[in-house]
Amino acid sequence: MRTILLGLLTLVGLSAQNTVVIQNGIIHTVTKGTITGSVVIVNGKITEVGEKVMTPAGAKIVDASGKHVIPGIIDCHTHIAVDAINEGSVSVSSMVGVDDVVNNERMDIYRALAGGVTTANVLHGSANAIGGRNVVLKMRWGKDADGLVFKEAKPGLKMALGENPKRQGMQTTGFGAQAGQQNLRYPGTRMGVEDVIREAFTNAKEYQKEWKDYEAKKARGEMALPPRRDLQLETLVEVLEGKRLVHAHCYRADEILMLLRVSQEFGFKIATLQHVLEGYKVAKEIAAAGVGASTFSDWWSYKVEAYDAIPYNAAVLQKKGVLVSLNSDDAGGAELMRRLNTEAGKIMKYGGVTEDEALAMITINPAKQLGIDQYVGSIEAGKQADLVIYDKDPLSIFSKVEKVFIDGQQYFDRDGDMSARPRKEAEKKGLLEKEKETERRNAPQTRRPS
Amino acid sequence: MRQRIFVLTLLACAFIPLQAEVPSLVAIQDARIVTVSGAVIEKGTVVLKDGIIADVGPSAAVPAGAWVVDGKGLTVYPGLIDAFSTWGLPEAPVQVSAAGGRGAQASATPGQTAPPRSRGPEDRPGTNSWVMAADLVKNTERRVTLAHGGGFTTAVTFPRQGLVGGHGAVVNLGGETSGAMIVEPDAGLYMSTTPSGYLGYPNSLMGVLAYFRQLWIDANYYKMAKEMYAKSPQTIPRPAYDRALEGVLSTKRVLLPAAGPVQMERMVKLGKELQTSVVLWGVTEGYRMADELKKSGTPVVLNVKWPTRERDRDPDLIDTMKVLEHRDKAPTAPIVLAKAGVKFAVSSDGLDAPKDILKALKKSIDMGLPKEAAIRALTLSAAEIYGVDQRMGSIDKGKMANLVVVKGDLFDERLTIAMIFVDGVKYLPPPDPPQTPGGNAGGNRPSTVDQEEN
Repeated sequence: MRTILLGLLTLVGLSAQNTVVIQNGIIHTVTKGTITGSVVIVNGKITEVGEKVMTPAGAKIVDASGKHVIPGIIDCHTHIAVDAINEGSVSVSSMVGVDDVVNNERMDIYRALAGGVTTANVLHGSANAIGGRNVVLKMRWGKDADGLVFKEAKPGLKMALGENPKRQGMQTTGFGAQAGQQNLRYPGTRMGVEDVIREAFTNAKEYQKEWKDYEAKKARGEMALPPRRDLQLETLVEVLEGKRLVHAHCYRADEILMLLRVSQEFGFKIATLQHVLEGYKVAKEIAAAGVGASTFSDWWSYKVEAYDAIPYNAAVLQKKGVLVSLNSDDAGGAELMRRLNTEAGKIMKYGGVTEDEALAMITINPAKQLGIDQYVGSIEAGKQADLVIYDKDPLSIFSKVEKVFIDGQQYFDRDGDMSARPRKEAEKKGLLEKEKETERRNAPQTRRPS
Repeated sequence: MRQRIFVLTLLACAFIPLQAEVPSLVAIQDARIVTVSGAVIEKGTVVLKDGIIADVGPSAAVPAGAWVVDGKGLTVYPGLIDAFSTWGLPEAPVQVSAAGGRGAQASATPGQTAPPRSRGPEDRPGTNSWVMAADLVKNTERRVTLAHGGGFTTAVTFPRQGLVGGHGAVVNLGGETSGAMIVEPDAGLYMSTTPSGYLGYPNSLMGVLAYFRQLWIDANYYKMAKEMYAKSPQTIPRPAYDRALEGVLSTKRVLLPAAGPVQMERMVKLGKELQTSVVLWGVTEGYRMADELKKSGTPVVLNVKWPTRERDRDPDLIDTMKVLEHRDKAPTAPIVLAKAGVKFAVSSDGLDAPKDILKALKKSIDMGLPKEAAIRALTLSAAEIYGVDQRMGSIDKGKMANLVVVKGDLFDERLTIAMIFVDGVKYLPPPDPPQTPGGNAGGNRPSTVDQEEN
């Protein structure tokens, strides 16, 4: 009932107020410098940014005097808002996708929003060499699953190298180990991971050819049975044809080079290397391959392949010409996701990037990596109005998110959240008391021994 | 000794109606008649002839030679329908193979501890789409008789092993033979999104959904290949017979699980993709699904085991607002859905005794559910969902003589069933058993909707 009411309110709000002006803020456009001025939003899109703007009549005014405005943060690697992360039963699970299991009621969406994240790349887990389809979501809290999807985003596929995909083939811990050795999942080594990827794309090429042969036969007017549609291979063919981005989980320099070689051999492109903690060792090679990197600032040593890491990784990669973003890898809790701004701040300390370069790592760079930079990632006229208002400099640990707008609509308001708490607390207390009362009334009359 | 007598009585109930001679012509005279399809007849007569309702009305005549029931103080309702049940199916789990597609008669090799892992959709994991409840239902199954105690004459019964359990059947709860009980042998295909009963693929919710999609692609491909082969057996290779795909192709509708709005959105979308009509089962949050259900025209079977606080829980544990709200609002689901005009029926899933369905609905009635809406969910709506409303679900001339005759009212604090009629044959409700047997005990565990996983 409450959601219906909320929905009605937003509808009314939309029709009456589709023009918003955020006034007198310190505006970090990321791509075009920082100014003190205003942003005009009409029908969800930014129409004007500048020191002096024309405020349309009847526009809703948001006073941002002394406050900082940045483009909505884009998290290039998360596992939030979904009811399943891994289909770990097979080494190639490209037939599945997290787009099928989006759960719009998961609280992590709201938490991400409260941390200034407006767009999240939700990826399949890393349990297998070739994982499932991704989905890019906007944190439109309150909308149904379909309403969260960033429709313009390019579809993607998860791949994974190293410990996670090979661990499943180990006799002690592997998938199906309890059911005996014959049921272990291949592979159990890094060599095997490479082999699985090669075999999968070899099969995909064969499948692609089967369809081409069939189309040719049909064009000649011959009667022929079409090939069986195979969802697993269909996704891989999309990768081969450049219609689907690859986001590859990796840590070690040697496996990174392996993947670059394999992808070049099979003629597909890797969009991003994810985690990529040893990226600084092979930054030149990554840059030459035109592959992006999405990493952490200073999070490592959580498993054997993640020890040889340095906080300068992002800066080194950037300086060698790699497109770099920072991500949270959050699932469920949305903890790191709420402070990606300070993650970017750390890269200024470790590596000395500029403020704009640091902010770019959580805004325009991930937007480019996801193929959505023409829509979001900076504050420019023509882009979707995904904006965050901070009370202080966004790269400072003392700053707080005050308001978050997506498509020009306010989805988070710190004051609103705080002031609604006593009412929610009272509602909860009311329900608890109601329940206790009912229980007392329905309790069987028991006689105590005297 | 007493126990043995009790068992014998039960057996007797199960095998034969209580009269030595089954009358072919019965009239219930001067009773209150809740027709469901029309207005309540405060005082009228129902005439049953050869298993069919021959006449009903305030002035329907009692034909010569009819056995007459004095209906004074009695109310006649259409026989109640459990719209998502396992009644009539043997309670021991049916032995089905983990990977049984491609016409395989797979079974575990002796000495082998676990069946081979399913490595992809080709292994048809957890797929028993060829299983028909109609082939498995037994008229001697104990719950067939026990169901009479709740006023139930009909159950829509589904085999529920694996991801695709098989075809449900509309089953009358009584019959001289098991086959005589079947009203409709294909009520729809039971599907679950919880991986169980096999090892390997798929082991996640998204894997299951991807599997369903591939299964339907394969079924349609199989159909096309068969058609092409029939046209040109010389040039088109003969498709291999596949019972899993045959089972998918033969169904009219699928039953998909949806506890709340999140699953509903997923399942309605899946139904559109598979191009098949969908009935949602296991619905517990119906109170916040009305608008979308109405919009998509999706019927649902409500789970009416209302959530309650566990009796012996940690007293210091405070539930989340979401949980508290759910417990508070769950019983309002029928009210909200009835108001919105969504088609809904109810299920015995998770309840101990058949009559507990009535108790659950009574709670909703106390909260504002019109009694007529409750009765409709138990009768005509269920019949409509499964396409048997031309034959059952209301007291109308020409419909099947499935009736429940109650002293007073169906929703009285203490339900007193005078008699029930199944296909025109009279049964008396069984005595209350010492222990109320499970609605879905034993092998047919109550199904759960999408367990959350990380």
